[in-house]
Amino acid sequence: MPNHSRLHIKNGRVIDPASGRDSVGDVYVSDGKISESFSKPEKTIDAKGLVVAPGFIDIAARLREPGLEYKATLESEMSAAVAGGVTSLACPPDTDPPLDEPGLVDMLRRRAKALTRARVYPIGALTLKLEGRALTEMAQLAEAGCVAFSQGNAPLADNQVLWRALQYAATFGFPVWLRAEDAALARGGVAHDGEIATRLGLAGIPAFAETIALASLLELVRATRARVHVCRLSTAGAVELVKSAKREGLPVTCDVSIHHVHLSDMDLGYFDSNCRLEPPLRSQRDRDALSRGLAEGVIDCLCSDHTPVDDDGKHKPFAEAEPGATGLELLLPLALKWGESRKLPLAQTLARITSDPARVLGLSSGRLAPGAPGDVTVFDPAAALRVTPETLKSQGKNTPFIGHELAGRVRYTIVAGQVVHEG
Amino acid sequence: MRNPQLNANGELQHLLSIEGLPREVLVQILDTAESFAGVTEREVKKVPLLRGKSVFNLFFEPSTRTRTTFEIAAKRLSADVINLNIAVSSQSKGESLLDTVANLSAMHADIFVVRHSASGAPFLIARHVKPHEHVVNAGDGRHAHPTQGLLDLFTIRHYKKDFTRLTVAIVGDVLHSRVARSLIHGLTTLGAPEVRVIGPQTLIPAGVEALGVKVFHDMRAGLKDCDVVVMLRLQSERMGGALLPSAQEYFKNYGLTADKLAQARSDAIVMHPGPMNRGVEIDSSVADGPHSVILPQVTFGIAVRMAVMSIVAGN
Repeated sequence: MPNHSRLHIKNGRVIDPASGRDSVGDVYVSDGKISESFSKPEKTIDAKGLVVAPGFIDIAARLREPGLEYKATLESEMSAAVAGGVTSLACPPDTDPPLDEPGLVDMLRRRAKALTRARVYPIGALTLKLEGRALTEMAQLAEAGCVAFSQGNAPLADNQVLWRALQYAATFGFPVWLRAEDAALARGGVAHDGEIATRLGLAGIPAFAETIALASLLELVRATRARVHVCRLSTAGAVELVKSAKREGLPVTCDVSIHHVHLSDMDLGYFDSNCRLEPPLRSQRDRDALSRGLAEGVIDCLCSDHTPVDDDGKHKPFAEAEPGATGLELLLPLALKWGESRKLPLAQTLARITSDPARVLGLSSGRLAPGAPGDVTVFDPAAALRVTPETLKSQGKNTPFIGHELAGRVRYTIVAGQVVHEG
Repeated sequence: MRNPQLNANGELQHLLSIEGLPREVLVQILDTAESFAGVTEREVKKVPLLRGKSVFNLFFEPSTRTRTTFEIAAKRLSADVINLNIAVSSQSKGESLLDTVANLSAMHADIFVVRHSASGAPFLIARHVKPHEHVVNAGDGRHAHPTQGLLDLFTIRHYKKDFTRLTVAIVGDVLHSRVARSLIHGLTTLGAPEVRVIGPQTLIPAGVEALGVKVFHDMRAGLKDCDVVVMLRLQSERMGGALLPSAQEYFKNYGLTADKLAQARSDAIVMHPGPMNRGVEIDSSVADGPHSVILPQVTFGIAVRMAVMSIVAGN
């Protein structure tokens, strides 16, 4: 990203979760990096009354390119990212075609770079066409810029493929990012198997579809020592499994979406298709365990699981509606809401969308130490954000939070020292 | 969240589900149906309540019985009835559900009677119709079949008068049954003290106790001292997979025979929403026997559907 400016952000409440800093002061950026103080800045931002934090890192945001441009484009979603204070994002491989060959990854990175907004870290497909059978050329995909390998929401054919994939990835030290869901147990299901699904007459996905798959996955991590990141936990049981795996020292990390720490299957109401998500919203007990697990650090980070779906995909009966919700612009307010509900210091809340995802991704960003990438987000934690189709920059306008008023507005998003969003 | 089937005055705007309807609304429907029951006995079987109104039967899933009884009910209310078998028309051409409804709405419908294979489809339609249009759910997925539930309630009230002393058993494929769900909500709302569901674990949905029912897997134990026995239809496609091994084994354990029925009270009534699978969920001697009220159910169904349509159209 081209950059020559010297930026001075002054008088803000500077919070850097990585160093524990939380004090009123200044942040300097020069040559695209966080720097020591200097005089004669080219640009000064007065952040009085605002929080100055490392730019947010969202480890799951679908940009829908290539192939699904009718749902969203790189332009629209990159605008949404920076409007949400997100300066780095990892995008899952479930595009059309999926990110299973280096040329596609290369093109995506070039297109993203040309937009000079957020930094994009593609997750490569683990198997060809995400069909769950044949491995992709992981080393070549990594050379093209893939930071990890994943199936998105698509299943693997069986545990033998999973075993081989983990062995192969472990050989080269590539991280593998997977959802934990037993495809056969989840087959046909659209909602958490429980009282609500029974009342609504929706086919259920039992909680053990997740815990059984996770137990198998962890057993294979034990055997292969592959680095595995478990995506979108949804059950209390899964939190317990990850907790003991970490205690054992297995190389495992995990995340949860902004939806699953706030919502439960109760929120399906009268078949609200905005709550049609993958994995499904589960019971209140599960939600509470996820929220607590994220606070305790069992769950490493919070992500938007941003999935733009158009109205045609959502204006359908619940089971037929396309899963997913827009989320990039809600990451901050929903992180703040979560932190407040757990009475956490702001630094700890922000860690889950800055330093922790940086650690999972192996990035040097997500902190405000001199020398780190000059990615900074300046926000007003108290200002109200009204979630409406008009206020959302994303082409995806569908979210369970539509119509809500949330606290937390991004004022400036800075990537490599450049102000890429002003709100 | 306001119940989407009630208007701002708490009156029935659409009939989407029995769940969440106040007791008074249910009683109003049953009382109105009572008054229509006489009409169907008369020589001139018509009242002019819906004269000039159009009822569109929108069946996205095939049905003969329910569609026919809605048609008869609408005609007895003097409405114009348009039957659309959408399953074989626009949906197969790729038109979306809401586009289909918008098109029909442009043809000036007053009431949409909707059957759809997806749970919740009538709720989606109700959210998008014009204020003067009404949606009546004629069965959505596994979720609800409120007019069937109401006619079951009507039948029970007809024979048993008072709900507050009744033990009711619902037997069979509760998992896939919209009939069971609607009846359970109706019975609990009207104060039936004991509602039981009976079936193998594979056919009893998770957390069903939260609906206010007791679960039995042993049919004889479940039928003990029941006043009302409701048999559910078991579709043949449930057989031979992992839900049930065979019709024979199902009948042996959960088919209603005179012998099993002897566990219930001597004046128990036996109901079935139809169409029946004789020898699968019910023995012919019971279906045609003295406890059976299966045919009266069908007759009552017309009066109940007249009541529902006249009430929503009047609100």
